[in-house]
Amino acid sequence: MSGGVDSAVAAARAVEAGHDVIGVHLALAANPQKYRSGARGCCTIEDSHDARRAADVIGIPFYIWDMAQEFHDGVVENFLSEYSAGRTPNPCLRCNEKIKFAAVLDRARAMGFDGVVTGHYANTRESENGKTLHRAVDHSKDQSYVLAVLTREQIDGAIFPLGDTEKIDIRKEAEARGLAVAQKPDSHDICFVPSGDNASWLHDRLGSEVGPIVDQDGKKIGEHKGAYTYTIGQRKGLGLTVPTADGSPRFVLKIEPVTNTVVVGSREELAISKIWGERAIWCGPDVTDAKKRGFVQIRAHGSALDCTYYFDGSNLIAELDEPLLGLATGQAMVIYDGDRVVGSATICQTE
Amino acid sequence: MNSVYLDHAATTPILADALSAFTSQASKLGNPSSLHTQGRATRKDLEDARESIAKAAGCLSSEIIFTASGTEANNIALKGLFWLGRKSGRNIVVISAIEHHAILDPAKWLLEHEGAEVIELPVTAAGVLDLKFLSELIAKRGDEIAVISVMHSNNETGVLQPIAEVVKLAGDIPVHSDAVQSFGKVTLNYKELGLFAMTLSAHKIGGPLGIGVLILRRAVEIPALLHGGGQEREIRSGTLNAPAIVAFAAAVSAKSYDATNIAKLRDDFAQKVVAQIPDAFVNGADVDRLPGIVNITFPRTESDTLLLLLDGEKVSCSTGSACSAGVHRPSHVLMAMGHDDISAQSSLRFSFGPSNTAAEVDYVLSVLPGVIQRGRAAVAS
Repeated sequence: MSGGVDSAVAAARAVEAGHDVIGVHLALAANPQKYRSGARGCCTIEDSHDARRAADVIGIPFYIWDMAQEFHDGVVENFLSEYSAGRTPNPCLRCNEKIKFAAVLDRARAMGFDGVVTGHYANTRESENGKTLHRAVDHSKDQSYVLAVLTREQIDGAIFPLGDTEKIDIRKEAEARGLAVAQKPDSHDICFVPSGDNASWLHDRLGSEVGPIVDQDGKKIGEHKGAYTYTIGQRKGLGLTVPTADGSPRFVLKIEPVTNTVVVGSREELAISKIWGERAIWCGPDVTDAKKRGFVQIRAHGSALDCTYYFDGSNLIAELDEPLLGLATGQAMVIYDGDRVVGSATICQTE
Repeated sequence: MNSVYLDHAATTPILADALSAFTSQASKLGNPSSLHTQGRATRKDLEDARESIAKAAGCLSSEIIFTASGTEANNIALKGLFWLGRKSGRNIVVISAIEHHAILDPAKWLLEHEGAEVIELPVTAAGVLDLKFLSELIAKRGDEIAVISVMHSNNETGVLQPIAEVVKLAGDIPVHSDAVQSFGKVTLNYKELGLFAMTLSAHKIGGPLGIGVLILRRAVEIPALLHGGGQEREIRSGTLNAPAIVAFAAAVSAKSYDATNIAKLRDDFAQKVVAQIPDAFVNGADVDRLPGIVNITFPRTESDTLLLLLDGEKVSCSTGSACSAGVHRPSHVLMAMGHDDISAQSSLRFSFGPSNTAAEVDYVLSVLPGVIQRGRAAVAS
């Protein structure tokens, strides 16, 4: 229970469904801030009080679990090392994979509980292949993308009571249940970057080593202050003074951390039609080398793109019907069969 | 079995006598500082109460300063005696390493905001103050020490501290003792101990919440923290809380605490726990302790998990240590006794009170092995 409206209503619904429920707030920062500032951050002391108050109103026991060390080691450190390796990680996925449906679920099961209920917007369904993961009814709030790192066993232990409802109705329901968090703003951004300014947060931790900006032929055309502050597909803020022959804009094509180099090129060179992902996880039946039609999504709130997908034995591969502009390695590719989550992998190569 | 409450050191049920004294006083009109008939009537009840508390604590009634909590009394004592000492060039605050946060934090505040030097006295592995360390410190730097504060008994382990010896070593250095856990449970006499200041709290002995006492040697003037009407010796301002004070006195007079029986129940429990869980051990097992408290380490567990599981079995106890936003931190008391981070977070405090029964102990013993087993599985996961 983060202290937000979604987990509060999820807890209330789980109680109503007849489960024996306890509320758990995860303390993820070793030295939490006292208050939230706007929509940013979470896990402040104020949030833990909001969560406790919701649990008390619902009538369930409430505890705080200190997972600050696990979170730091499993999520924050990984975020930093991925960035310094030139990839663009999604820490929310990582948190679901390593904390909420791993450390928390494991501890809960050891203590005699059957599963973890969260306020994520997603659905699970029973099928002949076991429990499967699906998009939420409210597509604008759908969070199945950040849950696609869950294994079948983790999905078995997960309950998402909000998947059948629009967010606006969840707020109304919270109001009707007398939960004071009904109108609390949603959190955005990365919870452990309270300022919301990723670039300067990274800069404070990774330093800023000046390096070259080069074109596709390796010719130096500018300088950057820390390769990790750039993202693939970025056009603005490159500070390039040498124009291209035809005056067309340049985009970031590649970030090479070993040589601390940012490679730029034309829009056409940015177009991606084939994606390889490593460390694949199947949320349902295994994907094989038989080519199948489906959708691939590469951002938390990105569109589902028509594709053909298969598994070549080591990588999950998606061939796009229409090319895509700008795609960073380190992001997750999630494959959908209709609204069912097939699986996910970490993007390691593009063409 | 209904719920079993083994957290009497946190707070204990209000006694019937105290509750009826509270409600009857609360229905009477009159500010005890008013000069008219109603004011005088309330003042009479309040001073009767002050006298009976003074008698029970072994001090003069003029030495009692009513406060809103034990924490407030500790703050007035530590800060006030530091400021008093500083007037004559004494800048050191000496406290034990096992003090409650109501002493630790004011000491830290004096360090950060008033430039005090704070020295923490170590304890033995059994949790008893190291008198040799204190004696050497006083020999070396005695004329720099403004105040020494050592609790009468520790709230986490129940271990009694050698206050009379501390006072003897201190000579003319003012000694304060936080006695909120000891008052009403063991022999405690302010005058006989030779203390300069002592803290009491009502809700630890069946009185109401929101009332504490600072006993401060008469004619000693220390700066106030709250400024206002100057009701209590110009040291503590605020309308006196007559209902709570009268109820505090009623709880003191009730003498409901049967130390022998409570200690027997506690010892029986501890003995059987250690028999059930062979690697469990009692902290401070071989030294004098309060009758009601036992602190047990369960290796390979995390105390907040155990607390949750016991709560699920309707058994209420405590991790005994401070919480920050509800996050369990290793106990500074157990750390001072030589525990490491891990084992200091594997310990529970069970504190017994007058309402506990042998049947309750049996019930807790029946659920404990399962709880420890699940707790260990959760750590291993």
